[in-house]
Amino acid sequence: MSWMVWTMPTAIFFSSIAAMLAGMTIWEILSPTIERKGFLPIATTRGDRLFIGLLSAAFIHLGVIGFTSLSIWIALAVSAVWLLVLMRWG
Amino acid sequence: MNNKVPNNKAWLLVLPMLVLVAFSAIIPLMTVVNYSVQDVLGPNASFFTGTEWFKTMLNDEALQAAFLRQISFSLIILAIQIPLGIGIALIMPKRGWQASAVLILITLPLLIPWNVVGSIWQIFTRGDIGLMGWGLRELGISYNITGDASDAWVTIVLMDVWHWTPLVAMLCYSGLRSIPEAYYQAARIDRASKWAVFRYIQLPKLTNVLVIAVLLRFMHSFMIYAEPFVLTGGGPGSSTTFLSQSLATMAIGQQDLGPSAAFSLIYFLVILLVSWVFYTTIMHMQKDKPPHGGA
Repeated sequence: MSWMVWTMPTAIFFSSIAAMLAGMTIWEILSPTIERKGFLPIATTRGDRLFIGLLSAAFIHLGVIGFTSLSIWIALAVSAVWLLVLMRWG
Repeated sequence: MNNKVPNNKAWLLVLPMLVLVAFSAIIPLMTVVNYSVQDVLGPNASFFTGTEWFKTMLNDEALQAAFLRQISFSLIILAIQIPLGIGIALIMPKRGWQASAVLILITLPLLIPWNVVGSIWQIFTRGDIGLMGWGLRELGISYNITGDASDAWVTIVLMDVWHWTPLVAMLCYSGLRSIPEAYYQAARIDRASKWAVFRYIQLPKLTNVLVIAVLLRFMHSFMIYAEPFVLTGGGPGSSTTFLSQSLATMAIGQQDLGPSAAFSLIYFLVILLVSWVFYTTIMHMQKDKPPHGGA
């Protein structure tokens, strides 16, 4: 595994993604998702909203890192709130 | 659709593919992520740099210019190849030996490897021995892909159109062949014009293959490397240096693994975003329409 040059932050990052996917699987088994229309212009399932949330989180982070001098934790907080809003009302 | 029995055991059948993708894509991608936050000097010698590479890459003016160039290139070739491909598919013969002959002729450019296409066009456009370069010069038109940026651009677009329009045409052709004859008969009874047949029968039935064509062509063109590299080497100056060439120069030429990992991730995210937007929009457009036929 040493060739993969793991670091603690990236390990935490991938573990959270894996945990999210596992969590989504369990949630889906317990109560299957129903495609519905929220504030997004398209009807989405739970998984669609998670994907949209994560992809926009990536761009929020890139924007904050590249073009502002704000802390990356602000980007993380904004992304987390955005993800929750999206999952609930998106 | 609701009379299907859900059976989660079917997921087990996906496992072999998942293992394959894990080794060919997921694990390498994780490694790239790891590299992007470090300065790796060798085994056991790496420094954590955090977000520094991302900041540098996002603010690099040469890369920003390459990015804009890349976007314009992809939009230009899509705007040319998609309508042209549909047009070619519409006039291709439908049956008999002519159909096979035309199919083979049209497929030929697709069989040629990328760098060979680059070499073919490199020779084709040379002013001294190339048919096109020499011909244009004899006609008194100044044309020089190594000196003039717009000549280089026109040539690269032409080359890509020559190489890849057949793919769009073939996809559309197969889409057109799958339209049942009954639709055309109904159109004839209604005395529909050729345009109406195209607009209300052929185009809607082509949506699926067009999604594939647009996605494939976008991703291909967004990652174009060998053809412009062989044809112009990214020049004159950096006027035809596209993203993958900038990346290759950085990663292989200069061995800047950290910055190039960060850059690849940004590149990947952009491709992911655009592909997702394309796919969702087109699938969404279809969903809104009332279902018709077997589509």
